[in-house]
Amino acid sequence: MLPLIEVTNLHKTFGKDIHAVRGVDIEIAPGEVVVIVGPSGSGKSTVLRCLNMLEIPTEGAIRIDGEYVTAPDANLDRMRAETGMVFQQFNLFPHLTVLDNITLAQRKVRKRSKEEAEVEAMRQLTRVGIPEKAGSYPRQLSGGQQQRVAIARSLAMGPKVMLFDEPTSALDPEMVKEVLDVMLELAKAGMTMVVVTHEMGFARAAADRVVFIDEGVFVEMGTPDQIFDHPREARTKAFFDKILQH
Amino acid sequence: MPAFGNSSRSHTASLDLAPDTSAPRWTHRNDTDPWYDTFPWWGVIVAVVLVVLGLLVAFNEGYNIAFDRIIPGLWLTVKATVYSFVISCVIGMVIALARTSQNVVARNLARSYVELIRGIPILVLIFTIALVIVPSVSDALGQPNRVPQEWRAIIALSLIYAGYIAEIFRAGIQSVDRGQIEAGRSLGLSRRETTRSIVLPQAIRAVVPPLGNDFIAILKDTSLLSVLGVLELTQRGRQYASGSFKFRDSYLALTFIYLTLTVVLSLLLGVVERRLSQDRKGAR
Ligand SMILES: Nc1ncnc2c1ncn2[C@@H]1O[C@H](COP(=O)(O)OP(=O)(O)OP(=O)(O)O)[C@@H](O)[C@H]1O
Ligand SMILES: [Mg+2]
Repeated sequence: MLPLIEVTNLHKTFGKDIHAVRGVDIEIAPGEVVVIVGPSGSGKSTVLRCLNMLEIPTEGAIRIDGEYVTAPDANLDRMRAETGMVFQQFNLFPHLTVLDNITLAQRKVRKRSKEEAEVEAMRQLTRVGIPEKAGSYPRQLSGGQQQRVAIARSLAMGPKVMLFDEPTSALDPEMVKEVLDVMLELAKAGMTMVVVTHEMGFARAAADRVVFIDEGVFVEMGTPDQIFDHPREARTKAFFDKILQH
Repeated sequence: MPAFGNSSRSHTASLDLAPDTSAPRWTHRNDTDPWYDTFPWWGVIVAVVLVVLGLLVAFNEGYNIAFDRIIPGLWLTVKATVYSFVISCVIGMVIALARTSQNVVARNLARSYVELIRGIPILVLIFTIALVIVPSVSDALGQPNRVPQEWRAIIALSLIYAGYIAEIFRAGIQSVDRGQIEAGRSLGLSRRETTRSIVLPQAIRAVVPPLGNDFIAILKDTSLLSVLGVLELTQRGRQYASGSFKFRDSYLALTFIYLTLTVVLSLLLGVVERRLSQDRKGAR
């Protein structure tokens, strides 16, 4: 099967001194769930943000569904509509209701009618389990509910791939599960996902592949069992030894 | 030359009707504080001053005459305020968008405008714009002396406050979290659409209270336009005073008129702000 995402020799520098990503290669198949783990500052977010060009790579090529998004003439707006992104801080639009949060881009980007967009929004809200919150404002929701709305907002665009950047890190512990459950359902339904997370339980349950990143390079990748239980690289082992102590 | 009131503009321009937070920090406040400790006495004093002046104007013949001579200037004061406010909001928004844009040239031009305006006293700017810049521009356009004094005054105030209001808009725009823009862009919205549908609506809410303050500040600063001889309230007051030597009658009547205007506007602004913050807190 052709890869859905193809990353070749990705580099990203900030200014002169910070070389956040140093030559990353990966191919991701349709329907695959890839979990990226690594220490703080290792470049996890930067890799993810390059995938939908929120950060413009300094070097290298990214191909999504056959199209080079790193080409100078690539239509980034269209490409981003195909690439859902879920942020640590939810980033719901506070001045809009939940329903309007989910219909805005559908209408402006996908040019759907109000009715079409609302039907799709309700479908996705039902999927994440909170259709009754359609008329609420984000501030009236718990963190877990907000994050689920953010997921629904991305899904409503009909993306080919979903990117998650530590989606549960800003949540109170009791709300982590409701968000992970939604993500697990999504994975089962065959969505292609790239997830940065510290939730090893989720990685074991959902990931086809786990990637360990350190200092801007993919140190090793493999199945969850390989990476967690039988890491080949000393750096990987050291990292898991450290986090498993807690 | 007399000192023309408060020509340097401060951000405490209007009456502050928010709860008084300037009370000494070291006094520990709680529910058992006696009511007279938190009661807004200052509001009572302002009201008393206003009522006393109002009674004088209503029942004392001298003040009454002065009031009648001055009040026709209200039309021009209001006109200059409203026009200047609207024009400076439009220009201010353009400058603010330029200041926050990606374009180096636009950003620096916008910044220099703001810095120039802020670096020069308002009174000096009024003279310079109304008596130098506007005439030379209209000369250059082959229309010498075609701009009436009244409009020179309005243009001057508009250009000045455009600089101040641009800063209000800029702060409003920058108060919107970066994550909001990223969320918009990641959904495929263009930069323009993100600004229009996500950044500006949020910035507007942050911007209403300081904009209201500037509206009141403009109203007060229209009194500076008297130096151009346009017949707004202050100029009428000065004319009546110097013609009749009734300084007390003239300037107290004038004080009464301005104070009435600013107090009423401050109260209105307070209502609008409360409405907005309720909107933000609860469901509509
Ligand atoms: N916009 C930026 N400007 C400058 N440096 C940046 C920027 N974004 C990231 N960096 C730097 O790049 C490196 C990688 O950052 P990144 O956010 O990708 O790490 P991360 O693995 O996501 O870390 P964390 O677990 O803390 O989120 C860090 O050294 C960071 O300081
Ligand atoms: Mg990160």
